Amino acid sequence: MLFFSYFKDLVGQEVTVELKNDLAIRGTLHSVDQYLNIKLENTRVVDQDKYPHMLSVRNCFIRGSVVRYVQLPPDGVDLSVRNCFIRGSVVRYVQLPPDGVDVDLLHDAARREARGG
Amino acid sequence: MLASALDDDDDVGKTLVLLRDGRKLMGTLRSFDQFANAVLEGACERVIVGEQYCDIPLGLYVIRGENVVLIGDLDTEREELPPHMIRVSETEIKRAQKVERELRGTMRKRMEFLDFD
Repeated sequence: MLFFSYFKDLVGQEVTVELKNDLAIRGTLHSVDQYLNIKLENTRVVDQDKYPHMLSVRNCFIRGSVVRYVQLPPDGVDLSVRNCFIRGSVVRYVQLPPDGVDVDLLHDAARREARGG
Repeated sequence: MLASALDDDDDVGKTLVLLRDGRKLMGTLRSFDQFANAVLEGACERVIVGEQYCDIPLGLYVIRGENVVLIGDLDTEREELPPHMIRVSETEIKRAQKVERELRGTMRKRMEFLDFD
Protein backbone atom coordinates (compact mmCIF):
# COMPACT_ATOMS: atom_id res chain seq x y z
CA MET A 1 0.00 0.00 0.00
CA LEU A 2 2.85 2.34 0.91
CA PHE A 3 4.72 2.07 -2.40
CA PHE A 4 1.47 2.01 -4.35
CA SER A 5 0.63 5.40 -2.80
CA TYR A 6 4.15 6.63 -3.46
CA PHE A 7 3.99 5.73 -7.15
CA LYS A 8 0.54 7.27 -7.45
CA ASP A 9 2.07 10.55 -6.34
CA LEU A 10 4.74 10.17 -9.02
CA VAL A 11 2.26 9.93 -11.91
CA GLY A 12 3.27 12.40 -14.60
CA GLN A 13 6.97 12.20 -13.80
CA GLU A 14 9.65 10.90 -16.17
CA VAL A 15 11.03 7.63 -14.89
CA THR A 16 13.31 4.90 -16.15
CA VAL A 17 12.14 1.40 -15.36
CA GLU A 18 14.84 -1.26 -15.39
CA LEU A 19 13.50 -4.79 -15.76
CA LYS A 20 14.95 -8.03 -14.46
CA ASN A 21 15.81 -8.99 -18.06
CA ASP A 22 18.07 -5.88 -18.15
CA LEU A 23 15.78 -3.96 -20.52
CA ALA A 24 15.54 -0.33 -19.40
CA ILE A 25 12.65 1.86 -20.56
CA ARG A 26 12.30 5.58 -20.06
CA GLY A 27 8.87 7.16 -20.12
CA THR A 28 6.22 9.17 -18.36
CA LEU A 29 4.52 7.35 -15.51
CA HIS A 30 0.90 7.08 -16.59
CA SER A 31 -0.50 4.81 -13.90
CA VAL A 32 0.27 2.16 -11.34
CA ASP A 33 -1.87 -0.48 -9.62
CA GLN A 34 -1.88 -2.51 -6.42
CA TYR A 35 0.55 -5.05 -7.91
CA LEU A 36 2.89 -2.17 -8.80
CA ASN A 37 2.26 -2.95 -12.45
CA ILE A 38 3.36 0.18 -14.31
CA LYS A 39 2.01 1.86 -17.38
CA LEU A 40 4.39 4.19 -19.19
CA GLU A 41 3.68 6.65 -21.98
CA ASN A 42 5.94 8.19 -24.58
CA THR A 43 8.49 5.46 -24.02
CA ARG A 44 11.97 5.06 -25.43
CA VAL A 45 14.27 2.17 -24.74
CA VAL A 46 17.62 3.14 -23.17
CA ASP A 47 19.79 0.89 -25.35
CA GLN A 48 17.72 1.08 -28.55
CA ASP A 49 20.18 -0.80 -30.77
CA LYS A 50 20.08 -3.84 -28.53
CA TYR A 51 16.27 -4.03 -28.61
CA PRO A 52 15.18 -3.31 -32.21
CA HIS A 53 11.74 -4.85 -31.64
CA MET A 54 10.92 -2.03 -29.22
CA LEU A 55 11.44 0.70 -31.81
CA SER A 56 7.80 1.55 -32.42
CA VAL A 57 6.56 0.98 -28.88
CA ARG A 58 5.43 4.28 -27.40
CA ASN A 59 3.12 3.14 -24.60
CA CYS A 60 3.47 0.00 -22.57
CA PHE A 61 2.25 -1.94 -19.59
CA ILE A 62 4.96 -3.48 -17.41
CA ARG A 63 4.14 -6.32 -15.06
CA GLY A 64 5.18 -5.35 -11.53
CA SER A 65 6.88 -8.68 -10.88
CA VAL A 66 9.50 -8.08 -13.57
CA VAL A 67 10.67 -4.68 -12.37
CA ARG A 68 14.16 -4.44 -10.89
CA TYR A 69 14.43 -0.66 -10.43
CA VAL A 70 12.39 2.45 -10.95
CA GLN A 71 14.87 5.28 -11.50
CA LEU A 72 13.62 8.75 -10.76
CA PRO A 73 15.09 12.03 -12.02
CA PRO A 74 17.50 13.24 -9.29
CA ASP A 75 15.59 16.46 -8.70
CA GLY A 76 12.21 14.98 -9.48
CA VAL A 77 11.49 13.94 -5.93
CA ASP A 78 11.16 16.17 -2.90
CA LEU A 79 13.60 14.53 -0.53
CA SER A 80 12.87 16.83 2.38
CA VAL A 81 11.13 14.65 4.90
CA ARG A 82 7.66 15.79 5.78
CA ASN A 83 6.16 12.56 7.00
CA CYS A 84 7.99 9.48 8.12
CA PHE A 85 7.47 6.12 9.68
CA ILE A 86 9.56 5.19 12.73
CA ARG A 87 9.69 1.69 14.08
CA GLY A 88 8.52 1.69 17.70
CA SER A 89 11.31 -0.55 18.95
CA VAL A 90 14.00 2.06 18.12
CA VAL A 91 12.45 4.95 20.02
CA ARG A 92 14.33 6.16 23.11
CA TYR A 93 12.30 9.25 24.01
CA VAL A 94 9.24 11.06 22.75
CA GLN A 95 9.58 14.69 23.84
CA LEU A 96 6.24 16.37 24.37
CA PRO A 97 5.45 20.08 24.56
CA PRO A 98 5.60 21.28 28.20
CA ASP A 99 1.83 21.58 28.51
CA GLY A 100 1.22 18.49 26.41
CA VAL A 101 0.30 16.33 29.35
CA ASP A 102 -1.67 16.96 32.51
CA VAL A 103 0.97 15.48 34.78
CA ASP A 104 -1.24 15.32 37.87
CA LEU A 105 -3.97 13.47 36.02
CA LEU A 106 -1.38 11.09 34.62
CA HIS A 107 0.10 10.51 38.07
CA ASP A 108 -3.34 9.65 39.52
CA ALA A 109 -4.14 7.35 36.61
CA ALA A 110 -0.80 5.58 36.96
CA ARG A 111 -1.36 5.09 40.71
CA ARG A 112 -4.79 3.63 40.05
CA GLU A 113 -3.51 1.30 37.37
CA ALA A 114 -0.62 0.15 39.56
CA ARG A 115 -3.14 -0.75 42.22
CA GLY A 116 -4.86 -2.96 39.65
CA GLY A 117 -7.90 -0.70 39.20
CA MET B 1 -5.47 -0.16 -15.83
CA LEU B 2 -5.08 -2.05 -19.07
CA ALA B 3 -8.61 -0.97 -20.03
CA SER B 4 -7.36 1.82 -22.28
CA ALA B 5 -5.26 -0.71 -24.17
CA LEU B 6 -8.43 -2.50 -25.23
CA ASP B 7 -10.16 0.71 -26.32
CA ASP B 8 -7.82 1.80 -29.10
CA ASP B 9 -8.61 -0.29 -32.12
CA ASP B 10 -7.29 2.48 -34.37
CA ASP B 11 -6.26 0.92 -37.66
CA VAL B 12 -5.79 -2.51 -36.08
CA GLY B 13 -3.37 -1.27 -33.41
CA LYS B 14 -1.07 -4.22 -32.88
CA THR B 15 0.36 -5.17 -29.53
CA LEU B 16 3.80 -6.48 -28.62
CA VAL B 17 4.08 -8.90 -25.71
CA LEU B 18 7.51 -9.67 -24.29
CA LEU B 19 7.80 -12.94 -22.41
CA ARG B 20 10.22 -13.90 -19.67
CA ASP B 21 11.92 -16.44 -21.93
CA GLY B 22 12.85 -13.63 -24.33
CA ARG B 23 10.18 -14.36 -26.91
CA LYS B 24 8.47 -11.51 -28.68
CA LEU B 25 4.83 -12.08 -29.60
CA MET B 26 2.76 -9.68 -31.68
CA GLY B 27 -0.94 -9.59 -32.40
CA THR B 28 -4.24 -7.98 -31.51
CA LEU B 29 -4.82 -7.80 -27.76
CA ARG B 30 -8.32 -9.10 -27.20
CA SER B 31 -8.40 -9.65 -23.47
CA PHE B 32 -6.41 -9.43 -20.27
CA ASP B 33 -6.89 -9.55 -16.50
CA GLN B 34 -5.26 -8.33 -13.29
CA PHE B 35 -2.57 -11.01 -13.54
CA ALA B 36 -1.64 -9.88 -17.06
CA ASN B 37 -3.06 -13.09 -18.52
CA ALA B 38 -3.77 -12.08 -22.11
CA VAL B 39 -5.46 -13.21 -25.27
CA LEU B 40 -3.65 -12.36 -28.52
CA GLU B 41 -5.50 -12.84 -31.77
CA GLY B 42 -3.58 -13.42 -34.99
CA ALA B 43 -0.43 -13.78 -32.95
CA CYS B 44 3.00 -14.29 -34.43
CA GLU B 45 6.44 -14.65 -32.92
CA ARG B 46 9.04 -12.20 -34.19
CA VAL B 47 12.35 -14.01 -34.06
CA ILE B 48 15.38 -11.72 -34.33
CA VAL B 49 18.92 -13.01 -34.82
CA GLY B 50 21.43 -10.26 -35.44
CA GLU B 51 20.19 -8.22 -38.39
CA GLN B 52 17.77 -10.92 -39.58
CA TYR B 53 14.18 -11.39 -38.49
CA CYS B 54 11.17 -13.56 -39.25
CA ASP B 55 7.53 -13.50 -38.16
CA ILE B 56 6.22 -17.00 -37.42
CA PRO B 57 2.40 -17.17 -37.32
CA LEU B 58 0.86 -18.72 -34.22
CA GLY B 59 -2.87 -18.02 -34.35
CA LEU B 60 -4.99 -17.44 -31.25
CA TYR B 61 -2.93 -17.44 -28.04
CA VAL B 62 -3.87 -17.39 -24.38
CA ILE B 63 -0.84 -16.26 -22.41
CA ARG B 64 -0.46 -16.95 -18.70
CA GLY B 65 0.36 -13.68 -16.95
CA GLU B 66 3.32 -14.96 -14.94
CA ASN B 67 5.27 -15.25 -18.20
CA VAL B 68 4.57 -11.69 -19.26
CA VAL B 69 7.27 -9.02 -18.97
CA LEU B 70 5.78 -6.19 -20.95
CA ILE B 71 2.76 -5.39 -23.12
CA GLY B 72 3.38 -2.54 -25.55
CA ASP B 73 1.38 -0.65 -28.16
CA LEU B 74 3.04 -0.79 -31.55
CA ASP B 75 2.63 2.67 -33.03
CA THR B 76 1.38 2.15 -36.59
CA GLU B 77 2.86 5.48 -37.67
CA ARG B 78 6.38 4.36 -36.89
CA GLU B 79 8.74 1.74 -38.26
CA GLU B 80 8.45 -1.44 -36.22
CA LEU B 81 12.08 -2.28 -36.85
CA PRO B 82 15.19 -0.37 -37.92
CA PRO B 83 15.38 -0.20 -41.74
CA HIS B 84 18.67 -2.11 -42.00
CA MET B 85 17.07 -5.33 -40.73
CA ILE B 86 16.46 -8.12 -43.24
CA ARG B 87 13.37 -10.28 -43.32
CA VAL B 88 14.17 -13.96 -43.91
CA SER B 89 12.26 -17.22 -44.11
CA GLU B 90 11.38 -19.42 -41.15
CA THR B 91 13.96 -22.05 -42.15
CA GLU B 92 16.63 -19.40 -42.48
CA ILE B 93 15.95 -17.85 -39.05
CA LYS B 94 15.83 -21.26 -37.36
CA ARG B 95 19.24 -21.98 -38.88
CA ALA B 96 20.57 -18.65 -37.59
CA GLN B 97 19.14 -19.38 -34.13
CA LYS B 98 20.93 -22.74 -34.08
CA VAL B 99 24.24 -21.10 -35.02
CA GLU B 100 23.85 -18.47 -32.32
CA ARG B 101 22.92 -21.09 -29.73
CA GLU B 102 26.01 -23.11 -30.57
CA LEU B 103 28.19 -20.01 -30.51
CA ARG B 104 26.88 -19.11 -27.07
CA GLY B 105 27.52 -22.70 -26.04
CA THR B 106 31.18 -22.67 -27.08
CA MET B 107 31.73 -19.23 -25.51
CA ARG B 108 30.33 -20.56 -22.25
CA LYS B 109 32.65 -23.58 -22.43
CA ARG B 110 35.64 -21.28 -22.91
CA MET B 111 34.59 -19.21 -19.89
CA GLU B 112 34.06 -22.19 -17.60
CA PHE B 113 37.61 -22.12 -16.25
CA LEU B 114 36.79 -18.69 -14.76
CA ASP B 115 34.39 -20.37 -12.32
CA PHE B 116 31.55 -17.91 -12.87
CA ASP B 117 28.21 -18.96 -11.52
